[in-house]
Amino acid sequence: MRKLALSDEILLSVQQPARYIGGEINMCVKDPKKVDIRFAMCFPDVYEIGMSHLGIQILYDMFNQREDIYCERIYSPWIDLDKIMREQQIPLFTIETQDPIKTMDFIGITLQYEMCYTNILQILDLGQIPLLSKDRGEDDPIIIGGGPCAYNPEPLADFFDMFYIGEGETVYFDLMDAYKRNKENHGSRKDFLEMAAQIPGIYIPEFYQVTYKEDGTIASFLPNNPCAKPIIRKEVEMDLNHTFYPKKPLVPYIKATQDRVVLEIQRGCIRGCRFCQAGAVYRPVRERSLEFLKEAAYEMLKSTGYEEISLSSLSSSDYSNLEGIVNFLIEEFGQKGVNISLPSLRIDAFSLDVMSKVQDVKKSSLTFAPEAGSQRLRNVINKGLTEENILDGAAKAFHGGWNRVKLYFMLGLPTETVEDMEDIAILSDKIARVYYAEIPKENRNGKVQVTASTSFFVPKPFTPFQWAPMCTKEEYLGKARIVNTKMKEMLNHKSLKYNWHEADITVLEGVFARGDRRIGKVILRAYQKGCLYDAWSERFHNNLWMEAFAEEGIDIGFYNLRERDLDEILPWDFIDAGITKEFLKREWQHAKEEKVTPNCRAACSGCGAKVFGGGVCYENKN
Amino acid sequence: MKIRIKFSKHGNMKFIGHLDIMRYFQKAIRRAEIDIVYSEGFSPHQKISFAAPLGVGLLSEGEYMDIEVHTSKPSQEMIKALNAVMAEGIEIISYKLLPENSKNAMSLVAAADYMLQFRETYKPEDFKSFQQTFLEFINQPELRIIKKTKKGEHALDLKPLLYAAKVQGENIFLCISTGSSDNIKPELVMETYYHYIGQVMPKFAFQVTRLEVYANMGNNEERKLVPLESFGKDIV
Repeated sequence: MRKLALSDEILLSVQQPARYIGGEINMCVKDPKKVDIRFAMCFPDVYEIGMSHLGIQILYDMFNQREDIYCERIYSPWIDLDKIMREQQIPLFTIETQDPIKTMDFIGITLQYEMCYTNILQILDLGQIPLLSKDRGEDDPIIIGGGPCAYNPEPLADFFDMFYIGEGETVYFDLMDAYKRNKENHGSRKDFLEMAAQIPGIYIPEFYQVTYKEDGTIASFLPNNPCAKPIIRKEVEMDLNHTFYPKKPLVPYIKATQDRVVLEIQRGCIRGCRFCQAGAVYRPVRERSLEFLKEAAYEMLKSTGYEEISLSSLSSSDYSNLEGIVNFLIEEFGQKGVNISLPSLRIDAFSLDVMSKVQDVKKSSLTFAPEAGSQRLRNVINKGLTEENILDGAAKAFHGGWNRVKLYFMLGLPTETVEDMEDIAILSDKIARVYYAEIPKENRNGKVQVTASTSFFVPKPFTPFQWAPMCTKEEYLGKARIVNTKMKEMLNHKSLKYNWHEADITVLEGVFARGDRRIGKVILRAYQKGCLYDAWSERFHNNLWMEAFAEEGIDIGFYNLRERDLDEILPWDFIDAGITKEFLKREWQHAKEEKVTPNCRAACSGCGAKVFGGGVCYENKN
Repeated sequence: MKIRIKFSKHGNMKFIGHLDIMRYFQKAIRRAEIDIVYSEGFSPHQKISFAAPLGVGLLSEGEYMDIEVHTSKPSQEMIKALNAVMAEGIEIISYKLLPENSKNAMSLVAAADYMLQFRETYKPEDFKSFQQTFLEFINQPELRIIKKTKKGEHALDLKPLLYAAKVQGENIFLCISTGSSDNIKPELVMETYYHYIGQVMPKFAFQVTRLEVYANMGNNEERKLVPLESFGKDIV
């Protein structure tokens, strides 16, 4: 029996002890004494969230294919255990061997959303590892960050020894080999960092010096170590059919958020929505072949016993053989008690037909993400969904038996006017009108339900909106009030429901998304004040954050409220994400002119991602 | 075909609660490619039901579930196939075909055997005197307690629901009423004992192991307890 780090008394006193004991189906077991490198992969949130992440499952499987590496997992202890561990000074442990995380060679932390930043400090703190990179010694693990938020790693620069920019499948083994070589040569931590700095995609924050102008903007951002590259190009796995994919994914005992087999059908997105960072940094679009997906589906369902399989991608409707994969799943597994869950597809005849086959129409709802209420603003953000598409799709769906519609919008988009906001209510009402016009009374299955939800827009690096100003909390809430008032004036207001979010978290996300190195000390101070699990609204304490900003003398307005100058050095400019700054500037200009840019398959707009030599950029051009 | 499966729950699996064990078996049955019957509809469910939920923290030598299958290989092969896909800590002990008209395991449950072991720091200093006091306690003509349930508190005599009790070595063995009507937890007996000696039972004093689950084939006056697995027979 595997020995656990926590006693029975502790495990029986906390919620969900299964979060901490491991032993799940398909967990990798190795003798730690027989490996050269111990790597712990960390998702800095609670187990059920972390276990739902495909990226970690891919890397876990990849690392463990090497006999000389043992990859384990770390998740954030929930508040109840956090308290006990602090009181009893129990060091944070890995799930697999239950060994203290400070005995690892590497701790890889995935950065999926900004609001997990204090959880990173909790991991290090409970792990008894110095919080600041500069305080770590020869025996401390190397702390490496990756994932989408690594596209602006600067707010976290103080806490990490290095960042991996881009997709994990490509150079991790080179990094591991360098580590082994350095160990064999009895090299120091610094020696290893210098070796790592020369590996593509690896960024070592301490090897760069940042200076600031009097107005607070960056004056220079330059390497101060000869091994460091001035520009770091993101890593991209160009052949998604011959790469790592977990055929035996881990199966948690407790219900994870994503409790099913996940089939990533493609990476990237052809659409070019101007607010979307994922659509920008995962360029170019690369598809996995039908053969690859079929084999993966068989093997994963067999090895896990899952009763559900889901497709994953940024825009599944753009996968060139969607019909092929969907029909395969229905025919092959539909009769075997496997549920097929489809991510929000573009609503058309095909998707409605497929959905009616795999789900109970009466119980499910239809989802549209127009993102903006008016066509004008949809042109600004380059969201190629027209009102006609939406109303037409809704009409088809109503005839198919659906009567619930969910709509997703953003407030606070660049150039937004009161009319744009009110159009959210008007569009919602138009959808309700379609229902009552199209479906005769005797065929109606009750009232139509249209639920519109808005979130507040946060500009992200490497998007055309990276220069755009944000709003204050009060302004955001004022926008939500405008929509809410308009909703109540609508003819079908009884069929409409409107949800909006609090604005506090949006303001912080804005600072972290586009912040620089000076933000690190605010994060540290907020953590010291007790901020943790900020992504969980009931755990979020805005007042503590505001205190932290004030005490560190950091002005939120500097980061959020000004429109950045096109010539300004942005904190993430040292990263080459493939898409060029010229392209982003052009797109920013087009946005202001309400000019639509075609998708990658319709026409190439010269974004720069062609340099990677494959994917959609070279489709049908053999 | 109705099948009754007996399994044990050891080690760290004691931290996995009843609902998660059910989910665990649904997946294990798929991994072992058991030809199980599914319900109709958009989200088909396996025909599977468990005898008696086991609380988090308890170990077991005798847990039961009933499943319905279209076809089956011999019991030994099925046990092997299931054990090949089990997590460490769960082991399939028997796989028996039930007569067509048999009641399901849950409705049959009448009693269970438990073993209670003192956790290291809670062991009595003088075991002999513990044993003596404990026997005095259970040999009382009545064991009046106040039982707290969801519906409120009510007075109850434990004595007629406590079918057997003994201390052997350093372990306590109890056979008590279990099931939907008079479900008694072994901890309740021990809490009553601690109350008898004028103390409060420490929360983590015992590691409890369920040893067997029984049906009553006699009546209330003359009980005839038989293990649930004895209702079926091996497929050969």
